[in-house]
Amino acid sequence: MAAPKKTATKEAANERGNGSPPEFTKEQELVALRDMLLIRRFEEKAGQLYGMGAIGGFCHLYIGQEAVVVGMQMALKKGDQVITGYRDHGHMLACGMEAKGVMAELTGRHGGYSKGKGGSMHMFSKEKNFFGGHGIVGAQVPLGTGLAFANRYRGNDFVSLAYFGDGASNQGQVYESFNMAELWKLPVIYVIENNRYAMGTSVTRSSAQTDFSKRGASFNIPGMQVDGMDVRAVKAAGDEAVAWCREGKGPYILEMQTYRYRGHSMSDPAKYRTREEVEKVRHDQDPIEQVRNRLLAGEMTEQELKAIDAEVRKIVNSAADFAQHDPEPEASELYTDVYR
Amino acid sequence: MPTQVLMPALSPTMEKGNLAKWLKKEGETIKSGDVIAEIETDKATMEVEATDEGTLGKILIPEGTADVAVNTPIATILADGESAADLGKAPAPAKAEKAVDSKPAAEVKAEAKSQEKSDERKAPPSAPKAVVEPDPEVPAGTEMVTMTIREALRDAMAEEMRRDADVFLMGEEVAEYQGAYKVSQGLLQEFGARRVIDTPITEHGFAGIGVGAAMAGLKPIVEFMTFNFAMQAMDQIINSAAKTLYMSGGQMGCAIVFRGPNGAAARVAAQHSQDYSAWYSQVPGLKVVAPFSAADYKGLLKAAIRDPNPVIFLENEMLYGHSGEVPKLDDYVIPIGKARVVRSGSHVTIVSWSNGMTYSLKAAEELAKEGIEAEVIDLRTLRPMDSDTIVASVKKTGRAVTVEEGWQQNGVGAEIAARIMERAFDYLDAPVARVSGKDVPMPYAANLEKLALPSVAEVVEAAKAVCYR
Repeated sequence: MAAPKKTATKEAANERGNGSPPEFTKEQELVALRDMLLIRRFEEKAGQLYGMGAIGGFCHLYIGQEAVVVGMQMALKKGDQVITGYRDHGHMLACGMEAKGVMAELTGRHGGYSKGKGGSMHMFSKEKNFFGGHGIVGAQVPLGTGLAFANRYRGNDFVSLAYFGDGASNQGQVYESFNMAELWKLPVIYVIENNRYAMGTSVTRSSAQTDFSKRGASFNIPGMQVDGMDVRAVKAAGDEAVAWCREGKGPYILEMQTYRYRGHSMSDPAKYRTREEVEKVRHDQDPIEQVRNRLLAGEMTEQELKAIDAEVRKIVNSAADFAQHDPEPEASELYTDVYR
Repeated sequence: MPTQVLMPALSPTMEKGNLAKWLKKEGETIKSGDVIAEIETDKATMEVEATDEGTLGKILIPEGTADVAVNTPIATILADGESAADLGKAPAPAKAEKAVDSKPAAEVKAEAKSQEKSDERKAPPSAPKAVVEPDPEVPAGTEMVTMTIREALRDAMAEEMRRDADVFLMGEEVAEYQGAYKVSQGLLQEFGARRVIDTPITEHGFAGIGVGAAMAGLKPIVEFMTFNFAMQAMDQIINSAAKTLYMSGGQMGCAIVFRGPNGAAARVAAQHSQDYSAWYSQVPGLKVVAPFSAADYKGLLKAAIRDPNPVIFLENEMLYGHSGEVPKLDDYVIPIGKARVVRSGSHVTIVSWSNGMTYSLKAAEELAKEGIEAEVIDLRTLRPMDSDTIVASVKKTGRAVTVEEGWQQNGVGAEIAARIMERAFDYLDAPVARVSGKDVPMPYAANLEKLALPSVAEVVEAAKAVCYR
């Protein structure tokens, strides 16, 4: 057997969509900055709490990928649905779920979104139309397609977003879903977050077709590769895909080219890539730095941006505080919610 | 104020680790994301990244130290504008709730452990008991209509689809073909292609789509052409349908019915002839129904469609053509979770369900000829299981035989025997006997197939054995 190939690190330029994306207004930049910062700081804090033993089990951090959910969320309207896999904290925050409820679920407390019974990988909010948080790689894809099925059945114009990774893209049920979604013209956007590694296996070592935007080709589903590190490019692509779905034209695939800075989970030493590779993406493409730099080049000052960061840190710190002091679920919760 | 860096837990099981190497020196500037140290866990060498910015003030645990307990302070980071003089002020960052600041980490850990132990000693709360309504009264003089089980199923679906616009049927060949076993006959004509949906051959996919639609509030009936093919969809049934309500703290569940023929068919060999009763009935979050009579097929399917939980509705191909009397009532719904005593007797209890009832009832007739009066219980629902009815009968007869087409190991019969032992041990005059499918894949040859399945003779023999006759 041939030795595994070293991951080809594509240059940033090759990863962008066609041309540079439309500019954001200052208001949009600020929304994007704040939402991405909230996810970044939340995840850093979650990592810290994990290190202290306050969070148990598996914990998959979203650091580096923030522009994907934040940009996509900016393309949605109220009533649209979101579903994802286990790297889900960012999606929940972007959907408007409260930091303290998410953090308290991570620590397994009563005030968590699932009363402490779901944990990091299994959280839901009916109110915010967030349908989980699923721990089995790829399982959320038929489920998200089912959400779209419900929209079509009811004849409304809502769109569902099914997020999954480059790893999940190799699961059979993804293609079963693609087939039915196109066959029945279901309004679902498949957002493939290609962060280049399925746990420790790089895309080139796992995938015969590494252009994930083409993964729907044999079903006639249109696809687009998007610079997932640029929140403006994500939003623009999201707008296009959402419009396609709302018009009743069926599903759409967006391959978000992104990168996770941390390991697959907290216990991953990440020996399958070099420190330099991570550093380079962080330095050249960081989604938050991109927005910060644009704002600083405009009329914003460093001090004003620091104030936003401080406000976000406050939310995260109080969430962490709540998550550590909220009581564990009552023993009587053991048998609740099995049936209704 | 300076912050302390604690020895991090880097895996779900890590309690201590070795501080292999410091990559930053005292006095060096640190940015968030910088690797400051390497730690060896039981599994791997991990890098510790800084989450705060500042200057590395003091290294508290020198490199090369082994077995450093999780949460031990290993270094101090000074924020902008702070100096070594501020070092004494460093508070430990907020610790997990059970931690106490003034105690060393190791002690804290030990305390947490003993706390855990005392939690373990506490008895878990007892499981709630299912409360089941009795069967609906069939008023005297109600007209009884003779129909096949196939028709009873179709009528149940049609009635529920008329009643609730959120109910729809999906599966392979359910619409234009009118059902692979002609169960959905006429439904497409009445309800149209929007609500009676032919799927491609893609069990894993459409089971998941059904669950997703149910999570969004619709009430799908997902037909598997046979439950053998539902093996492809097992993950969606167990991990997505059965567990979501619990994992969401009660926020999101799914009202969905998975139905289709289960158990042995005729001469189709191992892959198409298998009883999944035991498989599904093990899973909390699912309800599992497996009726025998036409009336129960209708009433229980209507209940399954109305149930807010995922229900596995196990039908039997061999029974589809059987006819029975079904009361002609506007709304004949039989509660899930209640067994029925089909035949009373005082000498031995026979417990079965679905096609197992065929052998059991015939055996009871044979036994009666020999003076043994068997009480025959049709479980109808496997989860929640109606233990009360079984136990009450065994307390009367003192003997029990279970009959199932499935395999014996970890089978439903084994579960019934255990429950009888737990609740009626002192009433037993003989060990519980199990009649089941043989411990082999289903053979194709007619003679072997017959041998592999339970038989009336085996049930008779088992009943006599527990009666010591």
